[in-house]
Amino acid sequence: MKRQAFALPFILCLIASTVIPMMMVAYYGFTDRSGSFTMANILSVFQPVHLKALGLALGLSLISTVVCLLLAFPLALILRDSHLGRRGFIVFIFILPMWMNFMLRTMAWQVILERDGIVDSLLNFIHLPHAQIINTPAAIVLGMVYDFLPFMVLPIYNSLMKIDDSLIEAARDLGASSRKVISSVLLPLSVPGIASGITMVFIPSLTTFVISNILGGGKIYLIGNIIEQEFTTSANWNLGSGISLVMMLFILGSMAVLQRLDKSGEAELL
Amino acid sequence: MKDALVELQHITKAFGENVVLDDLSLAIEENEFVTLLGPSGCGKSTTIRIVGGFEKPDQGRVLFEGKDITDVPPNRRNLNTVFQKYALFPHLTVGQNVAYGLVISGKTDQYIRDKVRYGLKLVNLAGFEDRRIESLSGGQQQRVAMARAIVNEPKLLLLDEPLGALDLKLREEMEYELRNLKEELGITFLYVTHDQEEALTMSDKVVVLNGGYIQQMGTPEEIYNEPENAFVASFIGDSNIVPGKMVRDRLVEIYGVPFPCVDEGFGENRPVDVVIRPEDLILREPGAGKLDGTVISNIFIGVHYEMQVAAGGFEWLVQNTVSHPVGEHVSLDVIPENIQIMKRPASEDEEALALDV
Repeated sequence: MKRQAFALPFILCLIASTVIPMMMVAYYGFTDRSGSFTMANILSVFQPVHLKALGLALGLSLISTVVCLLLAFPLALILRDSHLGRRGFIVFIFILPMWMNFMLRTMAWQVILERDGIVDSLLNFIHLPHAQIINTPAAIVLGMVYDFLPFMVLPIYNSLMKIDDSLIEAARDLGASSRKVISSVLLPLSVPGIASGITMVFIPSLTTFVISNILGGGKIYLIGNIIEQEFTTSANWNLGSGISLVMMLFILGSMAVLQRLDKSGEAELL
Repeated sequence: MKDALVELQHITKAFGENVVLDDLSLAIEENEFVTLLGPSGCGKSTTIRIVGGFEKPDQGRVLFEGKDITDVPPNRRNLNTVFQKYALFPHLTVGQNVAYGLVISGKTDQYIRDKVRYGLKLVNLAGFEDRRIESLSGGQQQRVAMARAIVNEPKLLLLDEPLGALDLKLREEMEYELRNLKEELGITFLYVTHDQEEALTMSDKVVVLNGGYIQQMGTPEEIYNEPENAFVASFIGDSNIVPGKMVRDRLVEIYGVPFPCVDEGFGENRPVDVVIRPEDLILREPGAGKLDGTVISNIFIGVHYEMQVAAGGFEWLVQNTVSHPVGEHVSLDVIPENIQIMKRPASEDEEALALDV
């Protein structure tokens, strides 16, 4: 009983900052401005504009998740194979940007990608045509990958580090080439880490509105932007809450699927 | 002369400052059961890892059937390893583990199925194909690791302390099974252990390693009965190692008392080390033996009593089926054949030098 008393402040915090707001979102989502029950807010997700934004958000976050995975797995393998001292340094270099403000990092890309920005000037310098990257879906994917890549690398790295060297030696001993060792031992045994990585990249990508605002030039609407606008510019909390609830379904669904793969809980290590 | 199956030539290996193997040469004949025996850190595991291809020697060559394989990666060596911690793939079933090597070498499904069944039957795990690794006991996992290695029909099987994690009863059982398995398969075993009993029970040839050097090489009987130096004598079984003086051929003086022995060729009045096994010491009535003393401890350890007898300034370890109570005056005796004389190295450098030759 005494021990539980210590948890009280946290429980109060949890109730105040999570449970009550969630209930409020649910309340707003199922009511109209006059306060009477309606399904209109939920069903508004089927409006073409909202469907398009949802589809685009799903598409772009799927692409960035795949890109992150393709970059992160080899990187985690390299980290696993490097020597202890160097490994610490690489991990440090990798985590360093994570300590900087997320908005700043994204805005940096704006400067790099904008017309007459660094990339454009470089292309110009070697006499290549102008590349219009900023304000395109590609720029948003780039931002997502850049911002969320560490969240893919670290859980995969964690699960790779848990694999005993003797398993790799056993596979080599039984005739496996280096490539075969990766596909038959390292890859299957890092599935929990991959699952956590996917969760931690896909979900924030799906709901982001900052990256699409900054790198999409305010012209590309993801579902996150729609929700944000309903709460701010349109001041329609009911509609915003309704769409948020639909998003919550997507998030819970994908988490349920991925949780099954991540039995060992790599995500908790971050 | 027929080539040895494996030949290590002048292998030197250091990890940083730490020289683990120093100019080690060793030949393993076909169909031999060779055991590398030594305390931890003696270089035995490094030796087996060099044969397996997991470590590269700094100097020296590894020959397999007369061909230099020093730079050949482990996956292209015609040998398999049973690892200390079994190293079974946790994401695969027992059957898939055993089939791993066969699948990689591209055997047909039918061949693999038959071979897996045969391999599991050989290690008394018939019908375990679909079990998960984590559902098996330590002894069963050990058997799966054996099966996984032998279904590939390697010329040479490396075993790195495979029984280390098993309890005593299981270990003794597995010692016999390994021996039988070797007879049945007719493949060469290179076995690594720190357990002298395992080494003596199973091997055709025991190689005692310490400090990166081969201390002695020979049959289990030779190693036990005629240890070449104090290290081997003290590492293999219990023994009394005392300083002595070789008066002349066939006569050694221990604590001032002359003992007839059977050794020759040590010169006259040379200091030597004398080894007497505790089971070879005979307890007589006071005055009837050579060295009089008193029993200072006595414990019953199963087959015999283990007693300590203070005599001539040394506490002798004596094993006897007859108990002599603490405080009793006794006299120690030993027959000449059971006295083993070893040259005493003047210093550690000389010891190293003598071993290098």
